[in-house]
Amino acid sequence: MFRLKRTLGGRSGWSGVAFQIVFVITLIWIGYEIIANARANLEAQRITSGFGFLNNTAGFDVSQSLIPYSGSDTYTRVFLVGLVNTFLVSIIGIFFATVIGFTVGLGRLSPNWLLSRIAGGYVELVRNLPVLFQILFWYLAVLAALPGPRQSISLFNSFFLSNRGLVIPRAIAQPGWEAFVIAIAIAIVAAVAARHYARRQLFEKGRVIRIWPYVLALLIGLPLVSVLVFGVPVSFELPQLKGFNFAGGTRVIPEFVALTVALSTYTAAFIGEVVRAGIQSVHKGQMEAGASLGLSRGATLRLIVVPQAMRVILPPLTNQYLNLTKNSSLAVAIGYPDLVSVFAGTTLSQTGQAIEIIAITMGVYLLLSLTTSAIMSFYGWRLGRSLAQ
Amino acid sequence: MKRVSFLFTLAAAAAFSAQAASAETLKTVKDRGLLSCGVSQGLPGFSSPDDKGNWTGLDVDVCRAIAAAIFDDPTKVKFVPLSAKDRFTALQSGEIDVLSRNTTWTLSRDTSLGANFTGVTYYDGQGFLVKKSLKVNSALELNSASVCVQTGTTTEQNLADYFKGNNMKYEVIAFSGADETVKAYESGRCDVFTSDVSQLYAERLKLANPADHVVLPEVISKEPLGPMVRHGDDQWFDIVKWVLFAMVDAEEMGVTQKNVDEMAKSDKPDLKRAFGTDGNLGEQLGLTKDWFSRIIKAVGNYGESFDRNVGAGSKLQIARGLNQLWNKGGIQYAPPIR
Repeated sequence: MFRLKRTLGGRSGWSGVAFQIVFVITLIWIGYEIIANARANLEAQRITSGFGFLNNTAGFDVSQSLIPYSGSDTYTRVFLVGLVNTFLVSIIGIFFATVIGFTVGLGRLSPNWLLSRIAGGYVELVRNLPVLFQILFWYLAVLAALPGPRQSISLFNSFFLSNRGLVIPRAIAQPGWEAFVIAIAIAIVAAVAARHYARRQLFEKGRVIRIWPYVLALLIGLPLVSVLVFGVPVSFELPQLKGFNFAGGTRVIPEFVALTVALSTYTAAFIGEVVRAGIQSVHKGQMEAGASLGLSRGATLRLIVVPQAMRVILPPLTNQYLNLTKNSSLAVAIGYPDLVSVFAGTTLSQTGQAIEIIAITMGVYLLLSLTTSAIMSFYGWRLGRSLAQ
Repeated sequence: MKRVSFLFTLAAAAAFSAQAASAETLKTVKDRGLLSCGVSQGLPGFSSPDDKGNWTGLDVDVCRAIAAAIFDDPTKVKFVPLSAKDRFTALQSGEIDVLSRNTTWTLSRDTSLGANFTGVTYYDGQGFLVKKSLKVNSALELNSASVCVQTGTTTEQNLADYFKGNNMKYEVIAFSGADETVKAYESGRCDVFTSDVSQLYAERLKLANPADHVVLPEVISKEPLGPMVRHGDDQWFDIVKWVLFAMVDAEEMGVTQKNVDEMAKSDKPDLKRAFGTDGNLGEQLGLTKDWFSRIIKAVGNYGESFDRNVGAGSKLQIARGLNQLWNKGGIQYAPPIR
């Protein structure tokens, strides 16, 4: 009985429990009142509410959509198009931000004076300017530098760069496509397995196996075999200038490039500082131990310091990834059709159902962020487990 | 600490359980002493601030007329600049009392947004602006062009319908603000800028070389632009409706800003009714007896406001066209004041 009292109510005992129950009931009642109030107001003004609008025809087009979409599709489809576009920017942005961020962070710690000053200058400059400015800068700078479509810069008459974007030949899947993909998948799995085997042999028996010839053979050989047996996997459709724009080929729109570059460079500055903090948190003795083993500075960093630093780097790094995902909502300023722009922007002003749309958008960002955090937590758990061995 | 947070929660709950304010917009406006008017973020001719911060334009004049009718002072207006995206939310939430922001009257907006259109300030249509250097003479030659639009407007949907209906392909780039849209068009990101024709003329003035751009002859949609008020307040709806009708009727009856006082003394029955000498039409609306003369003294009649803001007396030089009075070749028609 005493244990129960302590668990439920803490030091105050039963009166603590009573307070908690009343608190929770009051919170639930406030929530209910807010929703009921909103409902009553919406009805009094005869504003349509509910989620029926998702089945209405959208009636507008978007400039980039990775899934098939046309103006006669529903708002649900618009939502999916925006979602995929946001995913695309987030994932590619996260990848480049991490690469640049780690480089900048390590560069700032470099004993090379020029390198560390340049990295430091980059961080200070990019960190302190608002991200919207940077997005607009990259967009306007990118646009201003490029020529019009009729005067585009072209390579082999197949790749064209203009202020309408980068137009590349479109890959069309041929019959040998599935076999090619399977071959690459098998090669990658085999390469990872080989690396795993080699590391086990190194740590357990001290045998050094150079696996790179085998990995290379696998990665090139297996796909080659599939091409020989099943035929060429892709054919290319070349773009051609017709009238105002290019017909055929795939196009990477300048809005996407500007947004990704801006977000990557901005977040990379923050990631650089996080990486620097993580590395500096590892005891200096580790670097000295590595040097005493005869390892180069790069090898010491790669094999000894950075794995230990990752425990400190991971939580703030997760923060930066979430920031990047949320900052991508600024895409509306440059006309990139991400989730906020097409759904919480165009759809909202066309249907007027602000509450439902904003709730859905917030829910999506929450889900994205929670998923990213979960993935990073899992990675951190695995890291902690492997370090503890 | 627990007790403090508990009491705070109760207080917050009590605050939230208060009923929503009932729809008495006229009373709210009078108590506040100011009319809260939603306008655009700077569209020459319709609502734009000059370099001293004074707002002018056709939509602005409608709001000033309402303020004059209520307060006898056309300056008692607070202008709230709104983008195409948040204009309806501002009206629905009560941030503004009337939305006078070149908004197109459509069925879905009249019903699902919880708002009513009170009339048509300007009969417009959607057109295309292109650079003269492209040597395009008609919108039907725009196959596979890139088009810049402002997001969240009827423009996007009309554009999709037009190109689909004529089996033409196009690329659309949608921006949230009018300024970014025009900037992208100017920088060459897109070949065409599409919007209501009046907006095309207005935005063209903001370009570096207005003479290098031409408005194509095709008008692809009907865009009747008018003020909006919330559902649920019939008296306010009537007031805003009849302020605009008063301006049009004044032009029809020949009342101008200069001859208001003279016309107020007239013996003609329709003028006596309008000016309140005969009957109490102003009070029936909830305004004062001299509501009509207040309006015309403040902003002039519809024709004067049109000329001053978008017509012959302005930089836009748009012809009256459809916006002329019904008995002079246009379709501006106001019910009689009686």
